Amino acid sequence: MFPTPIEKASPTARIAYKSVLPIALILWLLPLIAVAVFSIRPAEDFTNANYWGIPSSFEGFKNYGAVFFQSDMPRYMMNSVLITVPTVLGAVALSAMTGFALGVYRFNGNLLIFFMFVAGNFVPFQILMVPVRDLTLDLGLYNTKRGLILFHIAFQTGFCTLFMRNFIRQLPGELIEAARVEGVAEWRIFWYIVLPLMKPALAALAVLIFTFIWNDYFWAVVLTQGPESQPVTAGITSFNAQYRAAYHLMSAGSIVAALPPVLMFFLMQRHFIAGLTLGAVK
Amino acid sequence: MSQMTAPPARRSWWRRNQIAITPWLFLAPGILFFAVYVILPIFQSIGISTTQWDGLGEPVSVGLRNYEELYYDPAFYVSLRNNLIWLVLYLLAIPAGLFIALFLNQTVTGIRIYKSLFFFPFVISQVVVGLVFTWFYDPAFGLLNVMLGWFGAGPVNVLGDPNYVTYGIIAAGLWPQTAYCMILYLTGLNAVNPELIEAGRLDNAKGWRMLWHVVLPQLKPATFIAFVVTIIGALRSFDLISIMTNGGPFGESRVLSFYMFEVALSEYGFRMGYGAAIAVVLFLIMLCFISYFLWSMYREERQR
Repeated sequence: MFPTPIEKASPTARIAYKSVLPIALILWLLPLIAVAVFSIRPAEDFTNANYWGIPSSFEGFKNYGAVFFQSDMPRYMMNSVLITVPTVLGAVALSAMTGFALGVYRFNGNLLIFFMFVAGNFVPFQILMVPVRDLTLDLGLYNTKRGLILFHIAFQTGFCTLFMRNFIRQLPGELIEAARVEGVAEWRIFWYIVLPLMKPALAALAVLIFTFIWNDYFWAVVLTQGPESQPVTAGITSFNAQYRAAYHLMSAGSIVAALPPVLMFFLMQRHFIAGLTLGAVK
Repeated sequence: MSQMTAPPARRSWWRRNQIAITPWLFLAPGILFFAVYVILPIFQSIGISTTQWDGLGEPVSVGLRNYEELYYDPAFYVSLRNNLIWLVLYLLAIPAGLFIALFLNQTVTGIRIYKSLFFFPFVISQVVVGLVFTWFYDPAFGLLNVMLGWFGAGPVNVLGDPNYVTYGIIAAGLWPQTAYCMILYLTGLNAVNPELIEAGRLDNAKGWRMLWHVVLPQLKPATFIAFVVTIIGALRSFDLISIMTNGGPFGESRVLSFYMFEVALSEYGFRMGYGAAIAVVLFLIMLCFISYFLWSMYREERQR
């Protein structure tokens, strides 16, 4: 193990390490802690310039209540859910198929198609912006959740295909060979043999894509406009415009907007990290 | 009669060609989606960049005039310069992430919670990171100026000062990016071959020398991925700029991705052609890196 395990060091070093850990963590998360403290302060603290002193009263329930019951925030959150969940399902389904095709079969152009997906996944969004916006307008899907979902599914398929294909390549090929000898149809091989083995990859991709799409801001701004279809990342800016200088409410709103991916991460941590670090170890 | 013989004949044709046709059937939906929404738009954008178009009427072909205008546009050079600063400074996330990973690669009680909490910033949307840092930098009450005040310095209006603004935004961007690199390296360190470390110890390698000669070579795959995601992240920077400064002050924090958006879709008018030209330049910059990444991947594939 590198660096040398701290258990082997002197007792002083061990104590020093254990006391530096929490300090380092607090420093690392300081900007976030500040916002969390803001979000439970009463409005008067800001008018009295009591920014960093002890909060004069605990108003967490009032502030978060205002976010949930007196603003468009719940609507934006709901839009985010309705955009994110179908995208996750669509992208995972499409890429399970493309990953299977590229990972299992040998045919001319296999690598070329694979590289097309990989390269497309890296292009800057701006080179797609004008035509995609135009296409969405032509389809009558501008400012709808569906328009956003269709684009997200298509774009995420690039990354997901890279992921799925590399995962399938690591599976034992003998299983598939054996099934073929038995005369099992190819689509049955996909459904009954490969798909069950891909469960960890499907879970990892699902949490990753959930986070990516929930946090998307650029396409939300390009393809949607109002509270009827905007996800929370875009909605938070209108929320902030509404509560300009009401820092306690803006902080509470930001925390609410950030929460779902955070929960997702803590609940599915193993899958999440397995997904992010695929390929980091050979 | 023919009705009775046709199905078996077709089945046998299908039997014979099943393995050749199945992959294409599985690929079809994915390729269709990807082609319509990602591949074709790249070429359409290149086409649009040679026109003058407000997004509504008919595009008017103007040849390379958009690129000529770009050549004389000072805002373009400001964006290009900032892109370069982003690229260079964003790479600091890699050593910073490695440093934190080394710091946390221990087995004391509760270390797993520390690791996840250090990773935390990456999970939060860039929009919220932008807001959090905007308040952190606020000249009236921001924590940064409170802390500077302890040392008798400041106050500094980071986001209002053309000299500091880009660096301030990059610092905000480095926060989640460092967390990402950290998690890559933690995973990599987990898989480092302990026998090689022990061998190094017997050879009296310690600290830096051990890190440089024994550990880092084994972390190469993690470093490659960290490099890829950091470069892409640097060139994609948009959310933070849009949230924190909206390109200001005086357009000094623009980068190409933001400037393109501003030209094509802002309140100052819809100049799709000019915007597309900026996008093409950004795409060409990205293409250098994409080609390098693909080339590296291709070498790996051939080794298998």
